[in-house]
This record gives sequence, C-alpha cells and structure tokens, in this order.
Amino acid sequence: MLRQGRRMGDERPGPAVNPAARVVEPLPLIDVRALEKIYRVGVETIHALRGLDLTIGRNEMVAIMGSSGSGKSTLMNMLGCLDRPTSGVYLLNGRDVSRMGAKELAQVRNEEIGFVFQSFELLPRQTALENVELPLIYAQGGWRGRRQRALAALDRVGLADRVHHRPNQLSGGQRQRVAIARAILNRPSILLADEPTGNLDSATTIEILALFRQIHTEGQTVIIVTHEDEVAAHCQRVVRLRDGRVLSDVPVAEDIAGRHLDMIAARGTAS
Amino acid sequence: MMNPLFWLQAISLAFSQIWANKSRAFLTALGIIVGVASTTAVIAALTGLKAKVLDEFESVGASKFFVFPDRPDNAPRNMYPWEKILIKTAEVEAIRDECTLVKAVTPITEVGLDVESGDKRIEGITISGIWPEWHDVQNRFVQEGRPFSSIDVESERQVCLINADAIVELDLPSNPVGVAILIGGRRFMIVGVVETTQARFFGMNTSSAEIFIPFSVAEKMQDRNFFMRVEGLFVSPETAVEGEDEVRFVLRRMRGLGPGEPQTFQVAAIDKFIEQFKALAAGITAIAGGIVGISLLVGGIGIMNIMLVSVSERTREIGLRKAVGATPMAILLQFLLEAVTLCLVGGFVGIAFGRLAAFGLTKIPGAQLDQADIPFWAVALSFVFSAVTGVVFGMFPAIKASRLDPIEALRHE
Ligand SMILES: Nc1ncnc2c1ncn2[C@@H]1O[C@H](COP(=O)(O)OP(=O)(O)OP(=O)(O)O)[C@@H](O)[C@H]1O
Ligand SMILES: [Mg+2]
Repeated sequence: MLRQGRRMGDERPGPAVNPAARVVEPLPLIDVRALEKIYRVGVETIHALRGLDLTIGRNEMVAIMGSSGSGKSTLMNMLGCLDRPTSGVYLLNGRDVSRMGAKELAQVRNEEIGFVFQSFELLPRQTALENVELPLIYAQGGWRGRRQRALAALDRVGLADRVHHRPNQLSGGQRQRVAIARAILNRPSILLADEPTGNLDSATTIEILALFRQIHTEGQTVIIVTHEDEVAAHCQRVVRLRDGRVLSDVPVAEDIAGRHLDMIAARGTAS
Repeated sequence: MMNPLFWLQAISLAFSQIWANKSRAFLTALGIIVGVASTTAVIAALTGLKAKVLDEFESVGASKFFVFPDRPDNAPRNMYPWEKILIKTAEVEAIRDECTLVKAVTPITEVGLDVESGDKRIEGITISGIWPEWHDVQNRFVQEGRPFSSIDVESERQVCLINADAIVELDLPSNPVGVAILIGGRRFMIVGVVETTQARFFGMNTSSAEIFIPFSVAEKMQDRNFFMRVEGLFVSPETAVEGEDEVRFVLRRMRGLGPGEPQTFQVAAIDKFIEQFKALAAGITAIAGGIVGISLLVGGIGIMNIMLVSVSERTREIGLRKAVGATPMAILLQFLLEAVTLCLVGGFVGIAFGRLAAFGLTKIPGAQLDQADIPFWAVALSFVFSAVTGVVFGMFPAIKASRLDPIEALRHE
C-alpha cells in the first residue's frame, strides 16, 4: 500500500519526478487491488472474487491454484482484459485497465496479453500459420514482416514443419503449441494460460510445460492456472485462491507443489 | 484505422465463408439474383426497343408530321360524327397552299382491290392514292419511269406506280414501265417503279407488294365519306412547333372552329411521338426499378437472416478474435463486409443471368429486340443497389456481433 503514492511516473521515461525514487520500488507489471466480481444469475448474486489483492512482477512465472469455483478463471479473465471487474483496481504496467472502454481494451489485449485456453480455440478452417497470424490482423501497425514473425513463433514452439496443417490435422499437444505461438506472437507483457494442459495427457503436459518454461527463460512473464501440483511445480511462485480471495502466495519451494521439484529436477528440465 | 492485413483477411474470409456454404449462400442470395437478373433483362429489352424505335423514327424523318381526325375529349359521340371530322381533300390542299413552313404534304387513302396482269390475279392488294409530293414526304423516289405529273392528277389519268415486290408477284417484266394492269377491273398503265423502303415501320408496310395511283383517281373509287391519312414534311425539324401551329390554324379556319371550340383533329410531329415513347420507356424503367427495390428488400431480409445465423454459429470465433485484440469496429466491419460481399456476388450472378436473358431476347425472331443490351448504368446501379442492400441488412447482425462480450462469446457452445 505504501507504494501507491510513487507508482505513477516511476520507471517511465520522460518527466520522472525524483530520480532517487526509482531505486526504491520497481513498478509491478500487474497490480490488482480489492478486485471484486459479482455475477448475477436471476435473483442470485455470486461473488466470484471478493476483494482480491495480487501483485506480479516482470518475468515471473506464477501458478494460480485453488479448488473448483474458487475464482481462478474469473481472475484470469480480468487479468487478460477479457472481462471487467465489478469493483476494484487493476493496474497493468501502471495503466488502469479496469476503467477502459471496449476499444482500448481490445488494443491492450492485442499488444499486452497473450491468452492460452484449455480448449485451444483455434479457427478450424485456417492453417496453423494463419491461426498464429491472427493477432497481427488487429494490430495497430507493425504488421510488416508478419509471415516471418509467425513462422518464427511457430519455430519457437517447435512446429516449423506443421505450418500449413489445419487444426484437425494436428494432435492436441500440437494444437496447444499453435495456440501458444499465437499468444506470444505480439511479444505480450503477460502470457496467461487457463488450464493449458487440462485437455492433454501427462507426456504432452510435460512437453507443453517445458515450452512455457523455455518462453519464461527468454524473458516472458507467465501465469498459469492449474489443478495439478506437478504443473505448479514448474513455476516459481504459487498463488492459491479460496472463495475469491488469495489463500496463500508463496515461492514454490514453500508450497505443497514444491514436493514435485525433485522429480522435475530428476527429469533434467528444472531450471 | 484498420491495417491493410485486416482488409485482406476480411475480404478473403468473406469469400471463403460463401465458398464454404455454397448452397446456403446461393439460396440466400437468390432473391437478389432473381431481382437483379429480371430487372437487367427488362432494362435490356427496353434499351433494345428504344434503340429500334428511335432508329425507325430517325429513318422516317424528324421533321415529319401527321394530321388525323380526332374527336374532342369528353365530347358526346353524336355531336362529332365521323363524316364530320374526317379530313377532306380541300383541307389538305389548304395546308399545301397556305402553310409556309410545310415543305410537302400528301393525303394518302387506301383501298383494297384485286389486281390482274395477264393470267396473274392477286386479290385484295392495298392500293394507295397519293399526290406527287408523296415522294418527298416519304423520301421514296422513282427508280424507273417517272412519278405522277400534274396532268395525271388533274385529268385523273389511270396510271400507277408499283414497287419491286409487286413486279415479282404480278409476274411483270423487270422494267414494267408502259405495261398495263387491271386494278379493280380498270386498266391502269404503269408509269414508274418506286424504290423499296429502307426501314419498315412497326407492323406497317410489312406486306411487300405496293401499288400507287393518283389521289384524284382513288378519290373516285372510294365511298363518299372515306378516310385519308395526311403525312407531311416541315421545312426543318427546328420549325416543327411553329409548323404545327400553322397547320392547326389553317385547319381550324377551314373547319370554322371558333376560339373556344375544341379541336376536331390532331396535328402531330414525329418528335412528339419520340417524346411520348421516351416517357413510356422511362415509366417502364421506373417500374422495373420498383421491382428491383422490392426484390432487394426480400433478398435483403434473407441476407439479414443468414447473417444472424452466421453470427450465432461463429460466436466462439468472434470471442477468440476479440480475445486476440479485435475491436468492436473490426468485428462489425468484418460481418458487414461479408454481407456486402454476399450481396455483390448475388448481384454479379444476377447480372450474368440478365445478360444471358438479354442475349436470348436478341435471338427471338420478329421480336424487334436485336439491339437489346444492358447499358453500363444498369450494371453499375445493380452493384450499387446490391452493396447498399448488404450494408443495410447486414448492419443489424454485424452490430450484434460487434457487441458480443468476449468472455460470453468464448463460453458459447
Ligand atoms: N458467467 C458466469 N455467470 C455466473 N456465475 C459465474 C460465471 N462465471 C463464473 N461464475 C461463478 O463464479 C465462481 C468462480 O468461477 P470460476 O470459473 O472463476 O472458477 P474456477 O476457479 O475457474 O473453477 P474451475 O477450476 O472449475 O475452472 C463460480 O462459483 C462460478 O459458478
Ligand atoms: Mg476455471
């Protein structure tokens, strides 16, 4: 809470207030305060989020866990600017996205957010390449060299040889790789994944997680929602939710998920 | 606003949507196809008809005029019996002698008679009684021999002019000048051969054999009250209006019509017919336009329906596009473009069918539509109307798509 006064202007070029203040606190990438989401279904009101606070810094790799209905997906949709909170503040890179209009939000989603869905959400009639290129269609500029960028993204997820395949010609794991390539194409500030391995077998899950880790090592901030401790063990930090609030927020070694660390290390993929 | 890539994919997506749902798209666009096709066909036919008619008028001569008896509007029948309003020879003579703007005028009276030459006998040929001025009026001159002289007229000599077809039908020598034939049992000497008409007027003069005799002779062969046509030529097309006034003035005086009395005849110059015809054609074109309007309305409702189906089928896709950064405007444009494309494709197919129909029209024998053609403005208008239909009827579904909540859309089954 103490940070709030200094947040604006910090870390930004231009008329910085006091150069000395920079050193004190780096601006968090995600700063969520008292976030509430209330759904109304008929006469019933459902509190999906009840005053949730969360701060995530640049290049973190965070797992979000919690029992079913604890509000994980709701939170992810807020973080991904797909939905707006009923109340509370969400500062992304210092900008208050909770007050933005539909058009501005679309631009934020296009430039700052990469979203990976449990069910992949690829366009069935388009090739892997076309699917990956999709965000560029809605980019404000810099769409030149799109082919190369899309091909590079596909190469990064290891699908350089499946460029012209359609989703129904790809395995589940490959489909999710296409979705990840699409999500990282615009070099977003955050890569969000809501149960990205929920529809995959364990071997493919390990592959996909290795990919997330690789992307993370390359400098990307990654947030993954999962039910599996094994998946969470790949992250640095585990946030557990209950009833729309943060129950615990600790480094992975201090979380129950941490007991899988040895196993991951044994596979030789741990960093 | 939108980057070029957006437009590129939006257009290709629009076409691939149509291609992926070919039969559905066809059925949807049927209203537009039929509307555009039928209208372009009607316009093509009209255009052909107009070209034809104007050609005919042109060949008849723009400075030509006609005089015919006409019962005044709303006048009781018994007040103006035919015999009273029929044009009289003296009236035509007055026009000839007194109207300075009339270059030539002739009465024409027709009588059907049997004609014999040797063993050949043709029944009921139309014999036309004419003045020598007829040649100038009709722009048809004598090829062989000579036209009627004033002596022929004055002394009512039994002479005649014939045309090439009559020569053939009557089995006459190729130069029949000096040969005598029997017309209605009376001997007539052929003095000349009249050239055949270039362009034939609608329906008229379709029978080929023609025989002409001096008007003064024909007059004697008719009943007491007989009908005559009057055709004349003004000095120039520019003086047609004044010329008409002049003829009208002379005729009114001849008939003793007072200032307030209604006219018992009509003077009409060719240009008036052209005007009337053009007005008629414009009227029919407007009706055709109305048909297209209605069919586009019906077609548009089909388009709206199918676009609504498309939006609900592709809700998840819309959600995903929004998730990767599509603005509401981008989604709106995408769906609008799809509706417009569908309509334009419909319009295109419609024009193609219309062309085909127009081509078919030109091949109908005797329909006088060999000049049927779709003018450029009709093609352009069809496309514009189709596009407007797409925009108008695609707007509601497109707005619906653009307003979808991204997360709701992604949850859609
Ligand atoms: N669109 C909605 N309308 C009404 N209630 C909703 C809606 N979306 C979520 N909820 C409710 O909000 C609460 C949190 O849902 P959420 O999807 O965030 O849970 P979750 O933690 O992702 O669960 P799971 O692990 O099963 O995916 C639940 O009680 C759910 O019923
Ligand atoms: Mg969930």
